[in-house]
Amino acid sequence: MTQAQVQEKANIPALAEEPEIRHWRDYFTFNTDHKVIAIQYLVTTFIFYCIGGVLADLVRTELRTPEVDFVTPEVYNSLFTLHATIMIFLWIVPAGAGFANFLIPLMIGAKDMAFPRLNAVAFWMIPPAGLLLIASLVVGDAPDAGWTSYPPLSLVTGQVGEGIWILSVLLLGTSSILGAINFLVTMLKMRTPGMGFFQLPLFCWAMLATSALTLVSTPVLAAGLILLSFDLLAGTAFFNPTGGGDPVVYQHMFWFYSHPAVYIMILPFFGAISEVIPVHSRKPIFGYKAIAYSSLAISFLGLIVWAHHMFTSGVPGWLRMFFMITTMIIAVPTGIKIFSWLATMWGGKIRLNSAMLFAIGFVGTFVIGGISGVMLAAVPFDIHVHDTYFVVAHLHYVLFGGSVLGIYSAIYHWFPKMTGRMLNEFWGKVHFALTIVGLNMTFLPMHKLGMMGMNRRIAQYDPKFTFLNEICTIGAYILAVSTFPFIINAIWSWMYGPKAGNNPWDALTLEWMTTSPPAIENFDKPPVLATGPYDYGLENTRKGVPLSDPDPVLSAGPNSVLRAEPDESSPAITAEKEER
Amino acid sequence: MKIPSSIWTLLIGIGLTLVSLWYGQNHGLLPTAASDEAPLVDGLFNAMMTVSTGIFVLVEGILIYSAIKYRRRAGDNADGPPVHGNVPLEILWTAIPTVIVIGISVYSFDVYNDMGGFSPHAIHEAPMTSQVMNMPGAAIAATLSDTPPSTEPNENQEKSDQAMQDPATAAVRNADQIPQKRNAPGVGSVAPTLGPTPENEGKPPAFVVNVTGLQYAWIFTYPDTEVTSGELHVPIGREVQLNMTANDVIHAFWVPEFRLKQDVIPGRQSEIRFTPNKEGDYTLICAELCGPYHGAMRTQVVVQKPEEFEQWIQEQEVASAEELKQAVAVNPVDLTPDEFLAPHTSHMGIHPEMLHQLHK
Ligand code: HEM
Ligand SMILES: [Cu+2]
Ligand SMILES: [Cu+2]
Repeated sequence: MTQAQVQEKANIPALAEEPEIRHWRDYFTFNTDHKVIAIQYLVTTFIFYCIGGVLADLVRTELRTPEVDFVTPEVYNSLFTLHATIMIFLWIVPAGAGFANFLIPLMIGAKDMAFPRLNAVAFWMIPPAGLLLIASLVVGDAPDAGWTSYPPLSLVTGQVGEGIWILSVLLLGTSSILGAINFLVTMLKMRTPGMGFFQLPLFCWAMLATSALTLVSTPVLAAGLILLSFDLLAGTAFFNPTGGGDPVVYQHMFWFYSHPAVYIMILPFFGAISEVIPVHSRKPIFGYKAIAYSSLAISFLGLIVWAHHMFTSGVPGWLRMFFMITTMIIAVPTGIKIFSWLATMWGGKIRLNSAMLFAIGFVGTFVIGGISGVMLAAVPFDIHVHDTYFVVAHLHYVLFGGSVLGIYSAIYHWFPKMTGRMLNEFWGKVHFALTIVGLNMTFLPMHKLGMMGMNRRIAQYDPKFTFLNEICTIGAYILAVSTFPFIINAIWSWMYGPKAGNNPWDALTLEWMTTSPPAIENFDKPPVLATGPYDYGLENTRKGVPLSDPDPVLSAGPNSVLRAEPDESSPAITAEKEER
Repeated sequence: MKIPSSIWTLLIGIGLTLVSLWYGQNHGLLPTAASDEAPLVDGLFNAMMTVSTGIFVLVEGILIYSAIKYRRRAGDNADGPPVHGNVPLEILWTAIPTVIVIGISVYSFDVYNDMGGFSPHAIHEAPMTSQVMNMPGAAIAATLSDTPPSTEPNENQEKSDQAMQDPATAAVRNADQIPQKRNAPGVGSVAPTLGPTPENEGKPPAFVVNVTGLQYAWIFTYPDTEVTSGELHVPIGREVQLNMTANDVIHAFWVPEFRLKQDVIPGRQSEIRFTPNKEGDYTLICAELCGPYHGAMRTQVVVQKPEEFEQWIQEQEVASAEELKQAVAVNPVDLTPDEFLAPHTSHMGIHPEMLHQLHK
């Protein structure tokens, strides 16, 4: 018996035949089922991704030529402001929350999130916030001070657009705080009996780290934005130098959130990749504890590096050195993760399907973003390239080569669980190839552009940069094209794709121990852990005896499965039942 | 874990090192180095590039090698070997990056020090002046900081006061002279920036230029002369200090060939000292988003021989005397911004039509 069979036997899904659990209309309601909410998150954010992508291609179209000839400079500034705002606050951050919503309760064997209604509320703040932002573009007064919205510029451009931007970001920030509280409480209080912290799948560890970070940093952004809105609308002078305010204070408040935000954007996908790689390499994840702790380390260090965005504004010399060192140190836990993934693949039996290809692509491109990040941390070099296309290249290697490829990998991996159907592998591979080519064509030349002297956020540039910009623009068009195979594949497979079965990948984590798609309330009894989350290949050595862990429930062997059934269900789950 | 035989590891290691060393020096990613500071930065970058190339090739190599070598063969449904971890290996790959980043940090620290990042006056931040505190709206901001106003003499304040007293600075800082300036804040504090290099510590800079950034132009005034210009001229090989402030929004002074950048912040004075060492025309770029025409906010920095520089100053003095007369004849307050700026546009390097679009 393989470990997967052991695990499945212990948790034979109760609803053997796939019941018609949900109607498509449920997805348009104020539903409190975490899986419905997860799909709502993922679909909504993907739509915003497409909008953000169209804006990106408009930006790149303008940059095909050195002159301003496609849109006016004012419109150009709105385009990249909205592109960045949408990509960050309406795509990457909430997409992470979408996966967390789907996976956390399933992975820990819970029936739902700790606060199902709060969960729905958190989601339903997103569509209005997004529509508000996009409406500003339509009514012709879009924010155009960049997604950083530094005063005094943000105070002298259009008041309406800037006000809308603040309101929208405040709503989105509130939503992510509510989500984070929910994830934390769920993971701390609702794990199935016998599941200790070191039986938690690594995605959950990543979400623990992410949620903690969200809770600490987001309120500071909210405070900064509220003060900014006073300056904007009520004429106060917190940040306005004409009244004696200090614009640099805003930068501190902004980056106290927005630097951690990049970890909020990448950690969940570090987690997802840590799930995908062992399953498709058929090997236990290498260095489980190192990966788990490195998430926490990144989360902690992430809070003390923000001023590296301000090396050229007004930070004293010694403080620049402090932030340089803390920033550099983040490379260590990140490196641990990367090497552990490589070691997981090493010697495995790698299934090169779309999920795994995107995971490999993730590691391969994220590394470039990580390396350029270390370079940016070195103050003297950052002084040269700050606010140039080098930074634009770096951030896209992290956010596109990291987060977006991570999202795709996660979708290819969990789509069968979410929908009960398989995605088409051929089109998945086409999607992968186009994405990798487009990604590198668009963003690789930007490194050179930045170092040679092209600053960011400009509609017109020195004609000597035309050639490289041309390449970037063609790359961006390839990226736009690359999404079509994916969209069509996803829609078609969702409706007509081959049935997936409960556990198409022979995975061990608990979300695979129920029907696909999972029934309402997920499991009919609290699932038992007959194996650890990544114990692949153990049958080769000690036949059928799972787990290296000394926990009695877990190390008693597969036959203990029946004994492992707890006499009374955990207090958390009982409490939850009563609440309903 | 199967590791290729030690000979192979050695050969690959040597190859990797050679490739990294070569690429670290021959990447061709940086423009000409035209200041004394630039080679320091380039040295740091080349070192980082060497290490990065090694890491990059290693990681991509292992990824691609594993993806090919360990791909699942058709019909093989077994699992791989259950390797959970390997403590010595994990310690090793934690230690190596730690050593690397500490090395880079120390190197950066050294370069930064050589560039003048630690000059003492750059370390303090001056509190808001009492004059600024009296401005409307400042009361709310002031209650946020409970620190009582300091009675200690404040060097930064003195310095910025001195700068304000300079007649040439005053000419530009005079709110009536430049229309956008009417609401411009006074300089409240000195932003910490790059100061004198360690050898020049304690010496006054060879010469000073006052820089004002405004949407979308740079204005340079040369103290002790009557010269106001839209282009920065500096003599080669002498340490320059720029005292910079902004009128309206944040701008940033960037000359890629000098590898120097400094935000120019309204309400603050930022200073930057550097030594240009190669003759030529370089582009001064505004690197901080400052509005729709941010991309057009560019001008020339001309590094010239001392004689040529002196000559240029004299020409400018004659010219600016004439301009001043004109400026007195028409009261600038009555002019629209583009009317006012029109005579200056040519030397500011902006197109008149852009200016017109800007202010309509
Ligand atoms: C479809 C592919 C994409 C293309 C072609 C693209 C293109 C660009 C370009 C050209 C800029 C610079 C605009 C300027 O400086 O004027 C930019 C900025 C930016 N992009 Fe993207 N982008 C893409 C995807 C993404 C994704 C997935 C994210 C994820 C979060 C993202 C986040 C940002 C951010 C934060 C900025 C900075 C904007 C600023 O400087 O204010 N982009 N993008
Ligand atoms: Cu500017
Ligand atoms: Cu600018």
